[in-house]
Amino acid sequence: MSPTIPYEYKYLRAKKRFPHVWCPGCGIGIVMGSIIRAVDAMGWDKDDIVMVSGIGCTSRMPVYVDFNTLHTTHGRGLAFGTGVKMANPELNVMAVMGDGDSLAIGGNHIIHAARRNIDITAIIVNNNNYGMTGGQFSPTTPPGAKTSTTPYGMIEPGFDVCKLMDGAGASFVARGTVYHVTELDNMILKAFRKKGFSVVEALAPCPTNFGRANRLGGPVEMMQLLKDNTINLSQLKALKSDQTEGKIVRGIFVDRDSISYGDRYAALCEKARKAAEAKK
Amino acid sequence: MIVPWGETRLVQGNEAVALGAVAAGIGFFAGYPITPSTEIAELLAQYMPLLDKKWIQMEDEIASVSALIGGRLAGSKSMTATSGPGFSLMQEGLGYACMTEVPIVVVNVMRGGPSTGLPTQAAQGDVMQARWGTHGDHPVIALAPCNVKECFELTIRAFNLSEIFRTPVILLPDEIIGHMRERVLFPLEEDVDIVPMPVPDVPVEWYEHYHESTSNVSPMASFGSGYRYHVTGLTHDVHGFPTRKENEVIAKMDRLKHKITRRLDELEDVQMHDVEESSVVIFAYGSVYRSALAAQAILKKKRKTVGIFRPVTLWPFPDRTVKEMLDSKDVVLVPELNQGQMIHEVERMTRDSVRVVPLHRIDGYEITPEEIVDAVMEVI
Repeated sequence: MSPTIPYEYKYLRAKKRFPHVWCPGCGIGIVMGSIIRAVDAMGWDKDDIVMVSGIGCTSRMPVYVDFNTLHTTHGRGLAFGTGVKMANPELNVMAVMGDGDSLAIGGNHIIHAARRNIDITAIIVNNNNYGMTGGQFSPTTPPGAKTSTTPYGMIEPGFDVCKLMDGAGASFVARGTVYHVTELDNMILKAFRKKGFSVVEALAPCPTNFGRANRLGGPVEMMQLLKDNTINLSQLKALKSDQTEGKIVRGIFVDRDSISYGDRYAALCEKARKAAEAKK
Repeated sequence: MIVPWGETRLVQGNEAVALGAVAAGIGFFAGYPITPSTEIAELLAQYMPLLDKKWIQMEDEIASVSALIGGRLAGSKSMTATSGPGFSLMQEGLGYACMTEVPIVVVNVMRGGPSTGLPTQAAQGDVMQARWGTHGDHPVIALAPCNVKECFELTIRAFNLSEIFRTPVILLPDEIIGHMRERVLFPLEEDVDIVPMPVPDVPVEWYEHYHESTSNVSPMASFGSGYRYHVTGLTHDVHGFPTRKENEVIAKMDRLKHKITRRLDELEDVQMHDVEESSVVIFAYGSVYRSALAAQAILKKKRKTVGIFRPVTLWPFPDRTVKEMLDSKDVVLVPELNQGQMIHEVERMTRDSVRVVPLHRIDGYEITPEEIVDAVMEVI
């Protein structure tokens, strides 16, 4: 009996580009799986998908998927993606980024992409540190945590990605984890369906760097932490405050209908042309 | 009709750049306001929606140049306009466009620097930044117009060259050229050559994003056209995937270099006046070339003959022609609106027996014909 090849393979550059660069126990591959399942559910043609990224571990993802793929400079994935989407609005554009890439060096771009409400889905794999360069602190490193550049503990407060994106104007904002995979699949699918700027933050372990520096155990223990330290938004009301203290909330925080940048730009062109014709 | 084909108009240099971009078929503009280039963005914000073309003001210059590259990859001819400080921010994207061989046009209307410098005044202080601003070995094409008509023509040429060579092209008007107004007789539309975006015709499975053709330039497929490929700023193989294999790395770097150095004839663009018969030659570009022409006329009345050598294409530098024409001269005067940048290139291409004399002006004003006349009289 020949083994069944999972349908996910049809979206991978399976023969050419593997093995991948990610460490054992890394969460990024799980997010890639969720993205592929959501793409399949959308029924998109591979020719019509553009995956952009910046620099970092997560940003290596475009190499492995068989879409139009654009691995850019550090933090600029969304800026490149904005150009792609403007030039050809028919393309389905997603940006995959790490926490450092999207929120530190790319912080300016992500808040403006959200403000403009450009029709792109941003998927942020948050593993609380810069993995590619060996585990330095990022804008989401928790207070007190040790990294190679916070040997005495992190003193800066971190960003709450979802609150930031809500405030900046994104149409859809959700947080999941790589432990809760079906939930994450569903969040990414909903984000793809959303017209306008949609953001999914996926919490993920980095056992090699962040985990080791903070003695959090191996891949299994770090997965357990994602299970134990998070609660779903729907559970929040039912639980007492001592049960929810210190927990990270998963769920869909924003899901609103607002006109995307592309639609507003198309309306502007129409208006400008009519005004010019009226002048004649 | 945005471009006044076949008509005579009084237009500003920056306006002529905007009109040239429309004539060349610009599909996407992304920019950030900065003096003295802003008119280009403002005028295109007016024109482009009327033509159903895409225009966006980004959050900074890094985002602008990044968006341009995305725009061109998705199939639109793309341009931005900036000035010194913004041009510095764009170096990251320029390097990426060189490495990934994406054609874009970047206009840098040069103002006084360094840093914020003299925002409203002229300089030619960015000619070396245009050449070496981004890190690593890389090819560069840069053009410097000297009048408003050339702002129109060279913008079109910048688009054409970027498509032919699959590389970013930099247009370098100085502030004087960008802000001056002149009467321009626009050509007839049918008299202007516009290079369309080349598209591959090979079957999808044969497509190599960086195909090794004899010219080192192969047609670039656009996202969404059915040719799926990978783009990365990492050193890559012919398919665009990252590589560290010695032979592939060398092949990539050679390709970037040779696509320019093997086709210098198509890029070289110089103007010479009385160079052969003169022992003294003025080497000038941009607005300074105009003063050199006026100085030459004044000197003629004094019965002094001087030659003028003007590079229109600044990069690649016209090495061979400079060597042929200037190596036997007694004196080459190099007036520049900086403390001496292109003069080093002239020195590089001439023998020690040639006196290469600088003339600088760095207070934001033009080099006058009289200043050039005085300098010539001193050395003659």
